[in-house]
Amino acid sequence: MFGWEFPPHILGGLGTASYGLTRGMWENGDMEITFVIPKPYGDEDKSFAKIIGASQVPVAWRDVSWEYVESRIGNVMDPAEYFRLRDHIYADFNYMRTNDLGCIEFSGRYPDNLLEEINNYSIMAGVVARTEEFDIIHSHDWLTYPAGIHAKQVTGKPLVIHVHATDYDRSRGNVNPTVFNIERDGMIHADHIITVSNLTRQTVIEKYGIDPAKVTTVHNAVVPLSPELLNVEVTKPKEKIVTFLGRITMQKGPEYFVEAAAKVLKLDHNVRFVMAGSGDMMDKMIQLAAERGIADRFHFPGFQKGKQVYEMLKASDVYMMPSVSEPFGISPLEAMQMGVPSIISKQSGCAEILTNVIKTDYWDIDAMADAIYSIITYPAMYNQLREDGLAEVAQITWDKAGAKVIDIYRRVLANYNK
Amino acid sequence: MKAICFYFQIHQPFRLKRYRFFDIGNDHYYYDDFANDDIITSIAHRSYIPAAETLLRMIESTKGKFQCAISISGVAFEQFQTYVPEFIDILKKLAATGKVEFLAETYAHSLASLTDPIEFAEQVKAHDTMLEQQLGVKPKVLRNTELIYCDEMAPQILSMGYKGVITEGAKHILGWKSPNYIYTAASAPKLKLLLKNDKLSDDIAFRFSNTEWSEYPLTADKYIDWIASTPAEEQIINLFMNLETFGQLQPAESGIFQFLEALPRFAAERGVEFLTPSQAISKLKPAGELSILHPISWADEARDTSAWLGNKLQKEAFDKLYSVAERVRLCDDRRLKQDWNYLQASDHFFYMSTKHMADGEVHSHFSPYETPYQAFTNYMNVLSDFIVRVEEQYPLSIENEELNSLLTTIRNQAREIETLNKEVATMRLNLEKNEDTAKPDDPKADKPKARKTTKKNAAK
Repeated sequence: MFGWEFPPHILGGLGTASYGLTRGMWENGDMEITFVIPKPYGDEDKSFAKIIGASQVPVAWRDVSWEYVESRIGNVMDPAEYFRLRDHIYADFNYMRTNDLGCIEFSGRYPDNLLEEINNYSIMAGVVARTEEFDIIHSHDWLTYPAGIHAKQVTGKPLVIHVHATDYDRSRGNVNPTVFNIERDGMIHADHIITVSNLTRQTVIEKYGIDPAKVTTVHNAVVPLSPELLNVEVTKPKEKIVTFLGRITMQKGPEYFVEAAAKVLKLDHNVRFVMAGSGDMMDKMIQLAAERGIADRFHFPGFQKGKQVYEMLKASDVYMMPSVSEPFGISPLEAMQMGVPSIISKQSGCAEILTNVIKTDYWDIDAMADAIYSIITYPAMYNQLREDGLAEVAQITWDKAGAKVIDIYRRVLANYNK
Repeated sequence: MKAICFYFQIHQPFRLKRYRFFDIGNDHYYYDDFANDDIITSIAHRSYIPAAETLLRMIESTKGKFQCAISISGVAFEQFQTYVPEFIDILKKLAATGKVEFLAETYAHSLASLTDPIEFAEQVKAHDTMLEQQLGVKPKVLRNTELIYCDEMAPQILSMGYKGVITEGAKHILGWKSPNYIYTAASAPKLKLLLKNDKLSDDIAFRFSNTEWSEYPLTADKYIDWIASTPAEEQIINLFMNLETFGQLQPAESGIFQFLEALPRFAAERGVEFLTPSQAISKLKPAGELSILHPISWADEARDTSAWLGNKLQKEAFDKLYSVAERVRLCDDRRLKQDWNYLQASDHFFYMSTKHMADGEVHSHFSPYETPYQAFTNYMNVLSDFIVRVEEQYPLSIENEELNSLLTTIRNQAREIETLNKEVATMRLNLEKNEDTAKPDDPKADKPKARKTTKKNAAK
């Protein structure tokens, strides 16, 4: 598997989903999974998959000793693995910027030279593909499609790509042609495409012109939360709290949240709205909240990570995700796990599988305001959503999603090279 | 001799419009006139009118051998008056034949019997009054909303003057017993119970046009044969269903009207007669006593009240609604009373059900809302506004009892003032007459006085 993010060092939903799926597949048994990520930190969970860090894969030969390798990268990779990989360098990449071990450094984030990093990742994939033994290649999201294609060409093994998002979601239709081409290239080369929702499946078929027969939806799931996270202690303010958690970007529809907040606050002043996260639209949102005259009740605590997310959720009475276009959207499921009633847009992939949430159109601020008001005013509404939501989300587990993916693998392998 | 007892239900609620929380306190009109007009008109033309006409023809062609019972809720009746008055004319014709028994029920098609006996009694009375005024009939048998019934209600129903009650032949109540007998209520032995024959009723209402059903197609011949071949000692087959079964649930193309119309002929051949509920009660001997501890109904798999009060949303809405019942009864604002009726319709709670599987499908089929949560939110917003209006009538700080005594005092005093006023007026009149007779020839004094008298009379 090629991925870009892996917990605990994650920037968005991609890492969580890749982790959950890999683990879910492992739970189904009889699977050996190698997961390649750009830059491991050594604190990743390696119990169910072998993790290879792209930053530790040599692409140029260096004469180094076992001890040296051990001291340099021993925390993230077994030196034996390094030497095994070194034996499979397939071309001279000395002209590239490599380090003392002959490896390319990856940031593992989304830097400005992202395209260059994607290309480097694909070069590195050639070495991994020649070293490892496997039956199938699985690429998570567009950043790793070129690596997947490369691995397929080197080994002749089938490629499955996993579409966690498309550029149509990220840009509300104004796609970046370079990204589009990388995505489409991956889809064309793939033997099968897995999408995280029917919404995404439709995008893949209609916007990228892919044969529907080769696209299957496997909805995301959630990992049950640890008791420690479930019981985080927070001091709840006396007002009701309505929360938006996520990147403050066009895709997430933050302005609709502000407008709905203004509607609610006009009639009920006993509510506070929280927009947690950061993003390119944050300043605009702060300005909008001020314009609407609700700045005293509208808060921007900034980006939340790790435990803070759960503290935030625990303190909330309503969770809201008004995304304009959301391939899946795992955060409402997490809110439900914490027992927080959720309001989501119908344009979110997770709306396809959730029943005990309120669904509205992302532009329908009246309906959103109404739903918020209803949950904070009528205790029965809150309790019903909370309890049924908890029961529902407990059923959405990764092993079921994993089984579906394994089933797709079987089909792909059965039809491959026929 | 075996008998069939047919009973058809007619009910449509006043559906609520999309009512936002910003409307609370600003907008006091709650109904979706367009949807209500549209739904009742289309169902009337597709189902109610042709079905009622079929019944009329059946009565005429059998010279009154075919008989049945109909129950129509007050809120549905009001909608017919507004949107489909021609249907009322057909109902009047049916009533005039004397072969259709109209049953008593709650005016608002409400669940009042489950929580508020006073409200229940008042609504049934209001419904009786309506039937008497509109159709000239006086019901003898009660059919509570959605056939809800339990032991606790029996004494009250009996004291209200009804001889019998129509309810569900729920399997968990009957056990090995058959619904095809008359039973008496355990808590009020003088009250008779008529139980719905589930299987045979649903064969018509739900399975008739189902091509996957092993008995498809169902013919009148076969159906009467089933009834005739039940054990000889079983006296009565109670077939209870919604009238919209004909033409709406089972489309006209399925031949449902022809099926219905053919029943009397085959029944006559096999010696099966038709009875109305009150005839059945007076003619047939009860087979035994039936105790029903918890309320049953004809809805959902469970046949209890969980279709309306199965989850927290429904209970909350229900409790909130009836928390103001006593207050509303003290008010005499007509629009408030009207809304009170419309908001009590059991349908509003039905839409809030979160049941899944087959039951859930039925709930969402009838619901104008996409989700139960939406149904709850909308209803609660409307209810909040309604409660604000109730509170505006009389301040909340006064207890109901105190308010009641105050209102009685006010009303008594008003009456007293009225009688005193009358007295004053007559005395004045007498006085004037005396004066008039005393000075008959004085033209100056006569004119203004005469005017004064007319004014007084007019003011009265």
